[in-house]
Amino acid sequence: MAEKSFSIKIMTPERDFYEGEALMAEFNTSEGEIGVYPAHIPMTVILKPGVLTLTQEDGKKTAALHTGFAQIMPDGITFLAEAAEWPGEIDIARAEAARERAEERIREHKEDTDIARAEIALQRAIARIETLK
Amino acid sequence: MASMRDIKRRKSSIQSTGQITKAMKLVSTVKLQKAKVKAEQTRPYSNCMYDTVQSILERCDTVQHPYLQGGDSPKKAVIVLTSNRGLAGGYNSNVVKLITRGELANEDLDIYAVGKKGKDALARAGYNIKMDSSQIVEEPTYADAAALGRVVLSSFAKGEIGEIWIAYTSFKNTVMHEPRLMKLLPVEREEGERQLEAPMNFEAEEESILDMLIPNYITSLIYGGLLEASASENGARMQAMDSATSNAEEMIEDLTLLYNRARQGSITQELTEIIAGASAIS
Repeated sequence: MAEKSFSIKIMTPERDFYEGEALMAEFNTSEGEIGVYPAHIPMTVILKPGVLTLTQEDGKKTAALHTGFAQIMPDGITFLAEAAEWPGEIDIARAEAARERAEERIREHKEDTDIARAEIALQRAIARIETLK
Repeated sequence: MASMRDIKRRKSSIQSTGQITKAMKLVSTVKLQKAKVKAEQTRPYSNCMYDTVQSILERCDTVQHPYLQGGDSPKKAVIVLTSNRGLAGGYNSNVVKLITRGELANEDLDIYAVGKKGKDALARAGYNIKMDSSQIVEEPTYADAAALGRVVLSSFAKGEIGEIWIAYTSFKNTVMHEPRLMKLLPVEREEGERQLEAPMNFEAEEESILDMLIPNYITSLIYGGLLEASASENGARMQAMDSATSNAEEMIEDLTLLYNRARQGSITQELTEIIAGASAIS
């Protein structure tokens, strides 16, 4: 029988964001949202901006997790994200504003707009808003 | 012998210089502490990034990817991290020396300068300064590093440059800083056997993983370089200012001695004159 919990390590360039144990981790990848239990096969996935939910013995923890990648190992996951935020650190007004700005840019679709970047900005804003819900 | 007044003037000027260097030392000590903490916080991230990239490369030897092959262009981009201000001992000139000592041919280089001092020195030596983003040295953020990385990678993608290097000062500890020249692209595989835990699977295509991973990798190395450089800069300045302060103190000591001697001399002379005058009257 595999271990019940596994280690979660989240690193961003600015700080070691989180280190702890969890029973399950759910997050958004380039191939869609996935949930990972302990004893998963080794896998590397690309992260998309989204909500990370950690199920722990004493409840759930959520955080906004932005682009980066994750290395899944049977005994734990290492996240390398460009940025990560706890719900308490998110400024909802700023996120809403960023979302509108990004939507605007995509809608107008001017020639010099970088659509890929606008889309990532939009995803990021949505991830922040979702985390707060 | 110099007159008392001259010595006094000289002494007070050295004293005020000493005060300035002492203040600068204190300022850079504080800045060093901050920069050190920041650099140390980033290190696990860049190390982990480096390990991951290496382990991925190891597991897919056969993957062909432009980021791994290098471009056809003989041109090389060098990101040069120096400081905007001087008075940091050999800090800036050591980084510049890495480039001028001739491992890389002058005409093949595009310099992406970060830091005024390095930019000026290299421009004077006749190097081609492609871009100057000196404003990010003071407080580097990850976004700055990402922006710089994007610029360099896009000229790599266009085929304008074939290799990307970075010259910076790596921060070992407060008193040891080592100028380093490192190749960023094409990514080099580390030699030597490594323990492989298990074969790694990729959910997305290996190529698209590399597409996304390598820019991240470059950015994190640039960011790490920026933070280490800023820690080293303040460390170097702290040391330079410390020795300047102690030199000033030494000089003041010598001058005080000279001054006292001159004062003694003038008192003796005055006394002799008075006695001579008195004996002439009687």
